[in-house]
Amino acid sequence: MKPVKVLTLSALLGSALVMGACGNNADNGAATGDDAEGQTDAGDAQLQGEISIDGSSTVYPIAEAVAEEFMLEQPDVKVTVGLSGTGGGFEKFIAGETQMSNASRPIKEEETKALEEAGVDFTELELAYDGLSVVINKDNDWVDQLTVDELKKMWLDNGQVKKWSDIREGWPAEEIKFYSPGTDSGTFDYFDEVILDGGQIDKSATLSEDDNVLVQGVTGDKNSIGYFGYAYYLENKDNLKVVPIVNGEGTAVEPNAETIESGEYEPLSRPLYTYVSNAAIKDDEAVAAYTQFTLENAAMLAEDVGYVSLPEEKYTEQLKTLEGLK
Amino acid sequence: MENTARVKSEEMVGRIDGRLMKNKVVKGIFLTATIFTSIILVVLLYRIISQGAPYLSWDFFQNFASRRPEQAGIKAAVIGTLWMMSVVIPTAAILGVGTAIYLEEYAKKSALTRWIQMNISNLAGVPSVVFGLLGLTIFVRVFGFGNSVLAAGFTMALLVLPVVIVAAQEAIRAVPNELKEASYGLGATKWQTIYRVVLPYAIPGIATGSILAFSRAIGETAPLIVVGIPTFVAFLPSGYLDSFTALPMQIYNWTSRPQLEFHNLAAAGIIILLGVLILMNSVAVWIRNRYQAR
Repeated sequence: MKPVKVLTLSALLGSALVMGACGNNADNGAATGDDAEGQTDAGDAQLQGEISIDGSSTVYPIAEAVAEEFMLEQPDVKVTVGLSGTGGGFEKFIAGETQMSNASRPIKEEETKALEEAGVDFTELELAYDGLSVVINKDNDWVDQLTVDELKKMWLDNGQVKKWSDIREGWPAEEIKFYSPGTDSGTFDYFDEVILDGGQIDKSATLSEDDNVLVQGVTGDKNSIGYFGYAYYLENKDNLKVVPIVNGEGTAVEPNAETIESGEYEPLSRPLYTYVSNAAIKDDEAVAAYTQFTLENAAMLAEDVGYVSLPEEKYTEQLKTLEGLK
Repeated sequence: MENTARVKSEEMVGRIDGRLMKNKVVKGIFLTATIFTSIILVVLLYRIISQGAPYLSWDFFQNFASRRPEQAGIKAAVIGTLWMMSVVIPTAAILGVGTAIYLEEYAKKSALTRWIQMNISNLAGVPSVVFGLLGLTIFVRVFGFGNSVLAAGFTMALLVLPVVIVAAQEAIRAVPNELKEASYGLGATKWQTIYRVVLPYAIPGIATGSILAFSRAIGETAPLIVVGIPTFVAFLPSGYLDSFTALPMQIYNWTSRPQLEFHNLAAAGIIILLGVLILMNSVAVWIRNRYQAR
């Protein structure tokens, strides 16, 4: 008879877990019900629905902040945000599994084509700017600024070990250690396109999907150089040195909130996007409200999580585009 | 005469010295291995606990994810993981033990069963991402479960199934033949023998092996990402077809954030994950002791 007991036990255990979860949920449901009532009295329109968002992990902090704030106002709209990466997000967007897809690079041609084939009309929205920051070790006292050409010479693979003295005369004859985000990330794609023209990155580079690993790498090695999103530099600026990059007009510019927003810090400033399905905006009031909420609050929330807001008029312009889609 | 005897005993002493030496060296190697492992474990635990413990509070359990580290909590992830395990455990246990009983007790040892056996062992070594892709195609898309508790639970059940089967087979194979023969000798049927003799004897082994497999399902992140399980979820699932998030997803997200506070939150999340694992392992130990005591 003993096995029966064990089976009963595991069944009980299983159902206890479920019941526990349900119990919690019932409480929660009741609470939101009260909230909803309170707000209806105040005259706010309460929406219902489910919105699923997926895509870039770089954009995720902004998306999370927007979802968090939105659900405080509309607790009955269930918003979920995933971080499958820009490419993985688009794949789900194409399959019609998500209504919005976050991206840290513009949509690729083949992705647009697949969306057309799937019959998904979409609108591209810019949420904020990120300034890819090129960083060196704190003890590196020879690099004062870098040009795009120097960056290219440095990072492009030429099959040989590169020394700092190869890049500019007078720099030490020490081997350069490279730290770069992994090839799956939109950050890598952007750097590869803008600096390397799609070429092969130095094969000795340490690639990591976790930007904190890059921070540690550059912090620990005097001859290292790396790049990643501005937020990671900002958080570690006491341990790292950021390199001013010479822009198209010939001035060396350091990334900071002003230079990124004004577009002075180029070419390494990049917009962060979200792509939203037109049909979802048209058919689902919740998605329309959510998209509007996103554009209205993106500036404040993006800065909260370490990104740089777009100029005011960009948001107004996009809000107008949205009105046309409803 | 005397001389040769002395030489012989000296030779013998020399050889004994060699053996004793070897004995000591081997003991030393094993001791070093144990100490090394323990030190790594202690350092790891110390780091995680010292980093995460200050962040463990009632609020941490009560709050959903947030962009503000001081308000961020792990409620959705803990409850989500429990929901997922309530699919994984029954599914993997019933399918796994069932398969093991069939293969060990019913199936004839033929080329076909050997082939099935080989494939099960190979499946245990397939990377978890591949199971994620399988889950995405079959459960999320073909069956239309979406990124729900059910889809993730079935995917994880498939992932741990080979390990459960192999563990259960080993446990069943260890049942002494004499016991089974005695049962048959008393006129019991095959099912009666399995039910009253084989299973009670094998349950401690099955439980130990299965719990190790289920622990893996709690900690895996890769298949969940592939299946499309979201990370930000500010509600609890109310059914098996609802969206949810799980502990490793939330921990993974927090470790990849730039802010240090989020890394500490990740450590706090890891403590919770360890807690859930220890709880599950103690259930296994309890089951084992109960059945071994008989």
